Amino acid sequence: MADRGDAMRGLTMSDSTARKGIGLDVLTLGVFLSVMALVSLFLTAKTQDPLMAVHAVILLIAFVLGIIALAMRAAGGLHFDQSRYEEGIVKAGVVATVFWGVVGFLVGVVIASQLAFPNLLYFENIGWLNFGRLRPVHTSAVIFAFGGNALMMTSFYVVQRTNHARLAGGVWPWFVFWGYQLFIILAATGYVAGITQSKEYAEPEWYVDIWLTIVWVAYLLVFLGTLWKRKIKHIYVANWFYLSFIVTVAMLHIVNNLSIPIGLTEHKSYSLFAGVQDAMTQWWYAHNAVGFFLTSGFLGMMYYFVPKRAERPVYSYRLSIVHFWSLIFIYIWAGPHHLHYTALPMWAQTLGMTFSVILWMPSWGGMINGLMTLSGAWDKLRTDPVMRMLVVSVAFYGMSTFEGPVMSIRAVNSLSHYTDWTIGHVHSGALGWVAYVSFGALYCLVPWLWKRARLYSNDLVEWHFWISTIGIVFYITSMWVSGIMQGLMWRAYNSFGFLEYSFVETVEAMHPYYIIRAAGGLLFLLGSLIMAYNLWRTARGDVRKGEDVPDMVPFSTVIPAVQ
Amino acid sequence: MSTRPEIDDHSGTETTGHTWDGIKELNTPLPRWWMTIWLATIVISVIYMVFMPSWPLPWADTYVKGIRNYSERATFEADMVKLAASRGPDELRLANTALVDVENDPELLNFAMAAGKSAFGDNCATCHGSGGVGTIGYPALVDDVWLWGGSLEDIKHTITHGIRGASDDTRFSEMPAFGRDEVLTKDEINDLVEYVVSLSGRDADAAAIGRATVLFEDNCSFCHGETAQGMRELGAPNLTDAEWLFGGDRAAIAETITNSRNGVMPTWQGRLEPWAIDALSVYVHSLGGGE
Repeated sequence: MADRGDAMRGLTMSDSTARKGIGLDVLTLGVFLSVMALVSLFLTAKTQDPLMAVHAVILLIAFVLGIIALAMRAAGGLHFDQSRYEEGIVKAGVVATVFWGVVGFLVGVVIASQLAFPNLLYFENIGWLNFGRLRPVHTSAVIFAFGGNALMMTSFYVVQRTNHARLAGGVWPWFVFWGYQLFIILAATGYVAGITQSKEYAEPEWYVDIWLTIVWVAYLLVFLGTLWKRKIKHIYVANWFYLSFIVTVAMLHIVNNLSIPIGLTEHKSYSLFAGVQDAMTQWWYAHNAVGFFLTSGFLGMMYYFVPKRAERPVYSYRLSIVHFWSLIFIYIWAGPHHLHYTALPMWAQTLGMTFSVILWMPSWGGMINGLMTLSGAWDKLRTDPVMRMLVVSVAFYGMSTFEGPVMSIRAVNSLSHYTDWTIGHVHSGALGWVAYVSFGALYCLVPWLWKRARLYSNDLVEWHFWISTIGIVFYITSMWVSGIMQGLMWRAYNSFGFLEYSFVETVEAMHPYYIIRAAGGLLFLLGSLIMAYNLWRTARGDVRKGEDVPDMVPFSTVIPAVQ
Repeated sequence: MSTRPEIDDHSGTETTGHTWDGIKELNTPLPRWWMTIWLATIVISVIYMVFMPSWPLPWADTYVKGIRNYSERATFEADMVKLAASRGPDELRLANTALVDVENDPELLNFAMAAGKSAFGDNCATCHGSGGVGTIGYPALVDDVWLWGGSLEDIKHTITHGIRGASDDTRFSEMPAFGRDEVLTKDEINDLVEYVVSLSGRDADAAAIGRATVLFEDNCSFCHGETAQGMRELGAPNLTDAEWLFGGDRAAIAETITNSRNGVMPTWQGRLEPWAIDALSVYVHSLGGGE
């Protein structure tokens, strides 16, 4: 009797929470997808531009699939249980993050090898695999596909857990997820086919930019809607950082991509800005993509996963407030340091440099809060490789946010600018900070989401950690040496004031360092494959024998009652 | 979730009383060293702004010029003036000295070699390779084979006017495309290839050589000479040595006879200062066996 009663209660409960009929979210998304499908049909039919035609067909297929998926889900009865957290979308985000991460690292190894051996994958009449086409595939894959998915999925996880609210918007979060994957596919296929508006980290053309804007606004609304529904009065610091990332990236993306297409059925467009204003807008965008995408967003991730994993309180609430507001206020000014010694007016260069120097301590606020949160749990660095990965990411964050202000000083920049030093700097941030904090979050999330007591193997995490760390060290040290050597060779004069080296001699000198760099990248890729395998086995519920690791109790998906 | 602030056991610091998904916060004051360094960076930056051009004044269409009134453009121009002043006398002296006399003036030779090396790296190395080692289609400048002459004046003329270049005085000749223009048949060309191969002392088909002897006399000897040792006035290469600009194997020679080559070197007059061309001539002359 008792068993039957429980079963009955379970049945009525799920009935009461299951949606009857079609909700507003399904209706709006259905209408929107239908309109978009019609627009793509029109594009497919009308365009004379073969490259646009390919993208129009991709769009059409995507929207038709979207409509079919939505109809099938709606027919099956959508189930948005407001008493539980939405975890399916976070799981999808985990898969996407790992997949795009491996793709991005692989393309990185390919282009690093092309720099060392320029004839690699060079075909005279087919430009698809040229360095110039693959380079934006690499940067966009690691920043926007890997990093973007990591930020989206962790933000969806964190905003729910720290606000005791299920994701807002019904099916719309799923639109954000799939719409973002569509953006990635349009961007990557466009790059290899030769579609680009030639703005670094903003290469996609106007129609892809519009699509990303739509997806991003939906993301913002889902995030804000979830905050609106929150059951906890105070908003946790991680959410401030995530929100600043979402809002600012929207602003940067829209302004930098303002352009006029040569026709509504043509892929090509021309920027609204020209000359030094164009350069300034571009670097305002690109530097703040670093600031708000790769710093602010990932600090949000750090603020949740570091204290959660360490099981220690965040070191300083006051520091988190001060460094948050100072970081976002000062970062937005620092872009001109990318244009030292150019046509950019001196006054703008001065502001770019000084604000970058003032930015040093606000950046380090995050590092202090991350590292000092470990106080009382330092032993975990020895016992828990995931914790070590998170802490090392914070250390790399501290290193690159010190190196950045140093490189922004005009005298230093006159040596470092245009050299491999910059590439090394970016990668100490990208590999050491962004990727490591994401790996740490992935290692935390997979057992939590798939309800496993532990990872498949802690030893494999150790292997991943050490192989990747050696890879990063190879990468950044070789780029320091080659970058500084390059800068010194470029500025070497003989006693009569003539250049000591021709450009091609400086290129020849880079060769061994380019090989070391490619080897470093290969190790990093290898590490990420080990991680992918480990996470896959964890999700399947396997446990590697012979490892003495304490079991954890997976977190419940039930939203706690208000206290 | 709000609870009452509590004291953290490990640090002895009070928490803020907030809890999010089990995460609490300590109410630790801002680190003193952090504040100090931050203030120092602000002070240093403000001082820098006072000295250097900093804030824009858009309503007055100007900017704060700073105590130093520093201008990148003015600094650049001043640097260029200084450079011109230090180099000018040497440039003038080089331009006014006969090239043959440069090597008798060690100081001037030093200058010419330095300037020549730099100009070569920026302008010539792209085709002729670093140090002038050459590659297929682009002559090596480090050996003693000179198609158009290797004296200082010859080299200077080639650099100044180019080869098949835009100048009226450019070095010019045009080997016919014997195959493409149907002057010779495929068989005849194959025979000629054997003949040319034999010229540089390599084994070749004797019958073909016999057949090609007349062909060579009729079609090739006018430019390459009856002994096939080339002719400078026409830039026609010596075929009896082991040096091949476009490759010396049978396929490469057949391609040359069939479609011709006629490579181009740009005219540098007007793109380089006369003294720089002089310097380049001295430098290139020194690379290999200048004549």
